[in-house]
Amino acid sequence: MQRVEHSKAAEIFNIDEPRVDWHDDTLWFVREKRDKAAHQLPEWETLRELASQIKNHSLSNLDHYLEEFEMNATKNGITVHWAADGKEHNQIILELIQKNKVQRVVKSKSMLTEECHLNPYLIEKGIEVVDTDLGERIVQFRKEPPSHIVLPAIHLKKQEVSDTFHEHLHTEKGNNDPQYLTEAARVHLRDKFIQSQLAITGVNFAIAETGGFVVCTNEGNADMGAHAASIHIACMGIEKIIPQAQDLGVFLRVLTRSATGQPITTYSSHFHRPRAGQQMHIVIVDNGRTKQLGRPDFRNSLKCIRCAACFNTCPVYRRSGGFSYHNAVAGPIGSILNPNIDMRENADLPFASTLCGSCSHVCPVKIDIHDQLWKWRQILTAEGYVASSKKVGMKGMAFVLAHPSIYRFVGKMARWALTTFPTLLANRKFNPWAKQRELPIAPKESFREWFLKNKG
Amino acid sequence: MGARENILQAIKQNKPELVAAPIIAIETSTGNLVQQFVITLENIGGKVCFVNSMEEVKIELQSSMSQEGYIVNTIASLGAINAEINNATNAFALEPVYKAYIQGHLAVAENGSVWLDEKTIINRLLPFICQHLVLVIHADSIVANMHEAYKQIKIDAAGYGVFLAGPSKTADIEQSLVIGAHGARSLVVYLIQP
Repeated sequence: MQRVEHSKAAEIFNIDEPRVDWHDDTLWFVREKRDKAAHQLPEWETLRELASQIKNHSLSNLDHYLEEFEMNATKNGITVHWAADGKEHNQIILELIQKNKVQRVVKSKSMLTEECHLNPYLIEKGIEVVDTDLGERIVQFRKEPPSHIVLPAIHLKKQEVSDTFHEHLHTEKGNNDPQYLTEAARVHLRDKFIQSQLAITGVNFAIAETGGFVVCTNEGNADMGAHAASIHIACMGIEKIIPQAQDLGVFLRVLTRSATGQPITTYSSHFHRPRAGQQMHIVIVDNGRTKQLGRPDFRNSLKCIRCAACFNTCPVYRRSGGFSYHNAVAGPIGSILNPNIDMRENADLPFASTLCGSCSHVCPVKIDIHDQLWKWRQILTAEGYVASSKKVGMKGMAFVLAHPSIYRFVGKMARWALTTFPTLLANRKFNPWAKQRELPIAPKESFREWFLKNKG
Repeated sequence: MGARENILQAIKQNKPELVAAPIIAIETSTGNLVQQFVITLENIGGKVCFVNSMEEVKIELQSSMSQEGYIVNTIASLGAINAEINNATNAFALEPVYKAYIQGHLAVAENGSVWLDEKTIINRLLPFICQHLVLVIHADSIVANMHEAYKQIKIDAAGYGVFLAGPSKTADIEQSLVIGAHGARSLVVYLIQP
């Protein structure tokens, strides 16, 4: 199926203006909570700098830290698996499920498993996976992907959740009360946890020094699954490694404040050894990350701790929604990660931006997101993935701006046209610039003309 | 096996030049840690009860046991520890637990969390599966922030540990905060004064 490019998807999203305003306000509210939390710490900028430097250091020593992690994790009784790509990741998990004759699988939030399309793969093999994060369960019922990496159902109103739960959980029709609906989900998923045989979780941080990993949730769903099931599989991208336990002090202070404005998630679980009688596995996945590591302009994107602060601040994300980005990881960070995986498919994403730089400003690990968006545009254009009309337009503009006499002529023509053909120029079909804008009244003369007259 | 070698090889080839790790030296605030802990925990939906000794908590536990449902105690100084609970007790047996009493040995003022490790909680599922959770901590076990916390604990001393901050919660339904998601519906912390 041909994917819809961002600008077209965004246009459709924007048809329902009140809905877009609501989506925009909701996400901005989350940004404001982040600000409140960050501003309470006088050392906030120091923490960002530390987090950034720890990640810079980790990436520059990644192979050694991965080997150290593997050695220590293995000593701890964790079985370490390596997967080159999503396909291998899925196969490893399938093998573990089949080898252990597992029928009941629960999964807590893992963007990596979304990236690898794990759920559809397992369903095809006849294995049902229950997503246990409330937001993810909602979208799972609705057969939608999550629209936000931290707040999966942020695009839905409570009436819609109510309808979905009425259909799948037989809650009262029309009862939109979030408390009531959450209670229904609690009861439903509690049963799934208790019955689960295998739990899949993500990894927020993997610590090389100790061979363990940390999983952060507010709901407690990762723990409910991992501690009930007899097999726990944790999935991580290679870039999730951090060197030492003390580094967690920095990351756990910036992660949740950046994501939701909370000082910390309700549960920050540190897993080192399986409980008695349990199997614990970790799957370390590449899926294009080593390639990104080799791109000097873009390797910083691997510092990402998946907080989504960039999503919440981005005016384009807020007003186009996660689905417009046609990827598991949307938003500004998605736009610099995804082209690495498939340039053709994702050539539209770096252009889904005004380059305002707000994303870079809120990133807790100081990824230069907006710089990378611009740099991707150069590569994508050079590779021929950008519409020729844009290329021609840019070349034309460059030519005009480089030749002062032509620039003056074009300016004069534009002022004449605005005065003579205002209705034509205001026509959106004729002039795309007029789609969301009112055109100005042309001044009688250019600034240069005025200046030459008046400079005395 | 191939994947491992390929990945490590690719990293060796593609990684940037080594940059040094930074030194983590954050000034620790010298405010009233107990006050900060209490305010923060109450902001995130937890409840704090000041007590003068374990004795007071013992009385509360005994009162609970005579009234409410299935209560589990893991704190030796509070009385008998439920013999039927150990690290192998499964989810079916734990599902009916109404309230669990657990002692924390370190708490963090900046975020209202309490560090619990496998040895203290006895069973990993217990602090999550109980409907209501009660933690007991000493006021002098409260440190200022996470840096201080990580200086004091060894995260792999036990096979599992968790920083637990407040009752479980979610805002996944139209950003409306609901206390009580999949973990405990409520958290009460008994704070034993120095």
